[in-house]
Amino acid sequence: MSDVERRQDRAPVPTDWTYAPAPEARDIVTIEERYGHYVGGEWLEPAETYTTLSPATEELLAEVGQATPAEVGAAVDAARDAYENGWSALPGSERAKYLFRIARVLQERSREFAVLESINGGKPIKESRDVDLPLAAAHFFYYAGWADKLEYAFPNRRPGPVGVAGQIIPWNFPLLMLAWKIAPALACGNTVVLKPAETTPLTALLFCDVLRQAELPPGVVNIVTGDGRTGAALVQHPGVDKIAFTGSTDVGKAIQRELAGTGKRLTLELGGKAANVIFDDAALDQAVEGIVNGIYFNQGHVCCAGSRLLVQESIYEQTISKLRRRMETLRVGDPLDKNTDIGAINSRQQLEKITELVESGKEEGAEIYQPPCRLPERGYWFAPTVFTNVAQSYRIAQEEIFGPVLSVLTFRTPDEAVEKANNTAYGLSAGVWTEKGSRILWMAQRLRAGVVWANTYNRFDPSSPFGGYRESGFGREGGLHGLEPYLELES
Amino acid sequence: MSRLPVRKTYKLYVDGAFPRSESGRTYEAEGANVARASRKDLRDAVRAARAAQAKWGAATAYNRGQVLYRVAEMLETRRAEFAELCSGRDEVEQAIDRIVWYAGWADKLSQVLGGSNPVAAPYFNFTIPEPTGVVGVLAPEEPALGGLVSRVAPVMVGGNAAVVVASESRPLAAVEFAEVLATSDVPGGVVNILTGHKHELAPWLASHMDVNALDLAGANGLAPELERAAAENVKRVHHGRADVQSPWEIAAFLELKTVWHPIGV
Repeated sequence: MSDVERRQDRAPVPTDWTYAPAPEARDIVTIEERYGHYVGGEWLEPAETYTTLSPATEELLAEVGQATPAEVGAAVDAARDAYENGWSALPGSERAKYLFRIARVLQERSREFAVLESINGGKPIKESRDVDLPLAAAHFFYYAGWADKLEYAFPNRRPGPVGVAGQIIPWNFPLLMLAWKIAPALACGNTVVLKPAETTPLTALLFCDVLRQAELPPGVVNIVTGDGRTGAALVQHPGVDKIAFTGSTDVGKAIQRELAGTGKRLTLELGGKAANVIFDDAALDQAVEGIVNGIYFNQGHVCCAGSRLLVQESIYEQTISKLRRRMETLRVGDPLDKNTDIGAINSRQQLEKITELVESGKEEGAEIYQPPCRLPERGYWFAPTVFTNVAQSYRIAQEEIFGPVLSVLTFRTPDEAVEKANNTAYGLSAGVWTEKGSRILWMAQRLRAGVVWANTYNRFDPSSPFGGYRESGFGREGGLHGLEPYLELES
Repeated sequence: MSRLPVRKTYKLYVDGAFPRSESGRTYEAEGANVARASRKDLRDAVRAARAAQAKWGAATAYNRGQVLYRVAEMLETRRAEFAELCSGRDEVEQAIDRIVWYAGWADKLSQVLGGSNPVAAPYFNFTIPEPTGVVGVLAPEEPALGGLVSRVAPVMVGGNAAVVVASESRPLAAVEFAEVLATSDVPGGVVNILTGHKHELAPWLASHMDVNALDLAGANGLAPELERAAAENVKRVHHGRADVQSPWEIAAFLELKTVWHPIGV
């Protein structure tokens, strides 16, 4: 340890991190009392409803539809009608302009969406404002440009649309996942029935107003809300040509089973248990920021979260002490507060799942650390957590927790790091921290993961393909490769 | 006096060797007794494939291309024998040419299927194709040689290892093809060929947790059941055809990896 580092290590940690509250204004967004399903460009009065709430306060926000199979059927019919009567025959250049419009309207109304995303989903406003919204708009802008250039992406393959796409998205990045699904589907000439997650329907429903402003033809995008039953009805509907699902590996497998023998196309973006590998030559302060960003970004509700930290033994003590110190500065609380680092856990159900897995970690023998932090009394909260003394066989080292919980393991040699990093059924992402460029590429070659971040973590870009190996799913979203799931192509 | 010919014993091809079925069973096809592989043989073949895949997948693309080209060379020298085991000379020549065509793809795939991505941040971001891993192949029943080659060559050239269930009704060309592979610098275990009853072997192949992908070209009516079993570990399922020749047949058994490499001083 150098003198400078020693001095830094001894630097006193401020005991009181109280800030004056800095809440983002909430009145920019209007939440209706009740929402229907958006079918054929109109609001369909739902037969059944449920209440969506704010996970930070448990305040009831709105009544939304629990779509029945008949309502899902109406949405599929509307999508089919729009597909056959105009949209699929529209020149790519015209489709492009609709998508450019959507991108622009999203940029213009970005703050409104960011606030609503934080209210309904619990994520910190600084993330919804600086990550979710800019990326969602960028995604539409990126795919807009592809709409009239598909034959350059797939030369000699006569690209054409697939038909009606059924899309089911998760609650961790509600609007961003909507963008990942809708933008390429529309660019390729398909029409869409999308089901947002049960707990986070509001930004998808507000998005229907963007479609109105963009004057998108009715039926091109249809949005039905509801829980897993609605999703199942969409998957089973014979009028759907393609299913795109992002969510848990268990549900993904069930969908793959359900579609067996139907000939429907399928892409799956499922769970992960990513390794974030820190070598002893890494810029440690940067790496600690990367560790924190990797696991505490969005409360750890990230399929590609760096939930397994692999630290080289020689820097283990130092890394853990720096990490703990950094964790003490994380602010947990009101998602709408601009200083909040960690917001609310998305739902009671998810909180119970995290709690159960954390208990299993303690029981199996891992050592838990949580920085002292006061959690709000109402709502769903979980303090940032790190487990040390974790064996590879522990559930917290194998199962996706999908919460702010990090499991730390160590390694001595690069080969051991690769061995441990690849030792799960998943393969979505991985991180590598080292100052040595050749080692980055050596590791990147061997990590069985669809995305490898070097000296950074949790970065996304519309031009960069994203998706998993093994049980993390198949198909890519983003980039040129993200077009393929939405195209019929000649071989 | 006419000479009595020496007949060949038709066996399995697993891990570079030619064992009989551990079950001791055979079945009669094309006038010969052919090994009837068991579930245990299939599991041995998967284990051999898994063991061989890492090295084969890590071989340079140039090397894999040359090995495939060598397969074509070996096939070329045995054209007459193969013509007897399939529809004739045309099928053999087409199979040879197809292998040569795929051999040439080995070192072009990542340029055609991958690329660099212009992300809005200081990173060099690139996407490259990598092998999926162990691929289970149900070879088409017909054509005996052409169907097999059309399905196995794209799996191999991408760096995967294969466990192939041969045509049940026309297995002899597949066993003969195993001899070609064995003399072509293809490392043992990269391609394993089982003969036997498809309905007996296919479900175990489809549900095997160490198989990453399936080509159901020869599944016939079994496809829905096999697709369902494949979901257990999220296998990639491809419905290959006996006659197609395309780089997208290779792509069906490739994963895309995207790497963010920092740019800075």
